[in-house]
Amino acid sequence: MVNFDKVTFEYIRRDEEGNVESINKALDEIDLDVKKGDFIAILGANGSGKSTLARHINALLTPTEGTVYIEGLDSKDEDNHLKIRQKTGMVFQNPDNQIIASLVEEDVGFGPENIGVPTKEIWERVAFALDKVGMTAYREKSPNNLSGGQKQRVAIAGILAMKPECIVLDEPTAMLDPKGRREVIETITELNKNEDITIILITHYMTEVIGADKIFVMNKGNIKLSGTPREIFKEVDLLKEYQLDVPQVTEIAHRLRQKGMNLPECVLTVDELVEALATGDRG
Amino acid sequence: MSLILDKINYYYGKGTAFETAALKNISLTIPDGEFIGLIGHTGSGKSTLIQHMNGLIKADSGSIYFNGQDIYDKDFKMTELRRKVGLVFQYPEHQLFEATVIKDVLYGPTNMGLDKLKAEVLAYGSLRAVGISEDLLDASPFELSGGQKRRVAIAGILAMNPEILILDEPTAGLDPMGRFEILNLLKAIHEAKGITVILVSHSMEDVAEFAERLIVIDDGEIKYDDEPRKVFAHAEDLRKMGLEVPQCTELMGRLADRGLDVDRNCLTIDEAVESILNGNRRK
Repeated sequence: MVNFDKVTFEYIRRDEEGNVESINKALDEIDLDVKKGDFIAILGANGSGKSTLARHINALLTPTEGTVYIEGLDSKDEDNHLKIRQKTGMVFQNPDNQIIASLVEEDVGFGPENIGVPTKEIWERVAFALDKVGMTAYREKSPNNLSGGQKQRVAIAGILAMKPECIVLDEPTAMLDPKGRREVIETITELNKNEDITIILITHYMTEVIGADKIFVMNKGNIKLSGTPREIFKEVDLLKEYQLDVPQVTEIAHRLRQKGMNLPECVLTVDELVEALATGDRG
Repeated sequence: MSLILDKINYYYGKGTAFETAALKNISLTIPDGEFIGLIGHTGSGKSTLIQHMNGLIKADSGSIYFNGQDIYDKDFKMTELRRKVGLVFQYPEHQLFEATVIKDVLYGPTNMGLDKLKAEVLAYGSLRAVGISEDLLDASPFELSGGQKRRVAIAGILAMNPEILILDEPTAGLDPMGRFEILNLLKAIHEAKGITVILVSHSMEDVAEFAERLIVIDDGEIKYDDEPRKVFAHAEDLRKMGLEVPQCTELMGRLADRGLDVDRNCLTIDEAVESILNGNRRK
């Protein structure tokens, strides 16, 4: 679905005469292979290259060197951009910057209308998309009065109406309260499971990625670690070196193990640790 | 020295068909030197409340006293209040505008009418307090990393020498290490200068670890105003308000429910680890 082949991207700064002042390598020979239907999470410190990578997936940026293929389409070829952007939609951090219409249904229908989908089908797509994100009841409401989590779900519905194969979410929960965060994560998890939509989630909240199929950890433009959540979060010390963290329960279990308690190597959820402590032999 | 809010009411769209109460009968006393956490879901009234505290919004009824003076009195100097109650908005780095870091931080104290020397002393002092090293003073604020920019923005408010520092989600969008740095920085400033800090946050973990007093606002009303440990004992009620308890508090509650000999009110990873180890030893 998404293939990166030795992708390098440089931000080049020029002075007033156009001479190169500095070059910042945001992505450094990245190889990445995401399969259709995967739930991928990308972790990394601020400035590690996560957002730059995300913007390559729907051709908002194209590589300085190397190639990005989206379902076989080379993102360097501008003729492919429209097709790529229909296949991969993006959700950003601030919900207020992504809502444009005065009614929820118009906002969701904006994308398909723009690409000339017949009116009847637009309404079918809008109904379908709002249903999938659980926002049908707000169809004829103003987006302005929605909570942050609801606005992000409307933004996701707007992408769903484009019938995408992949949704890239760049810190979609950074500005949300706990309930809003849960709503967004539940919504994308269901879309991944029930609609087979590929999800690429960038976040700073470690607890949001424990359900991912695979996690990539970025640092200074490189992918330093990749693996299942359990493989990644057992590297408690290494993650801290990359300015990251692990879920609180994972850290508690890790420290209890260091004190000699007999616990599984990597605990990801409250349920797991409760079971291990309440029933297991605790050493 | 204190800030007292007495029966504050505030309505959106007052006198129109859309009139809604944003704050209902809020009474609060903020004495010197506390570290206060303020939580509530999006739209609960947090931002409206903090804007009352430095006079950006005027209450429809009720009084606010700053150091014994009624701030709505016509002789009251509102500029004094705005200087002494520093408000750091969400994403404060978007408000950086000067050509260099030092000029940006100097803007506030210079505007207060201080002479150059006094303004510089304040500006240098606050940049040091937020951990911005001297080699960055003449850099453009736009060349800094996200975390550094945010610290410069906070320094700009600190340079006004406030007695109360209010921050609206100062860690939103920062990586785990960046969050930790900002929170520790606030704690250090609070302890060193005795400044009252009011931290508005969507992270239960952050307020649990750093706040000495926690105020919960829901639907424009104060629901809890107590020590964090006592507030987080009401997990069910908090969830109904769209909030949460820290993951470690949830874990400990569940373990206690299963009959383990642990303290269900742990707020931090350290406390949880300690309590589980002690319970295990007693077994």
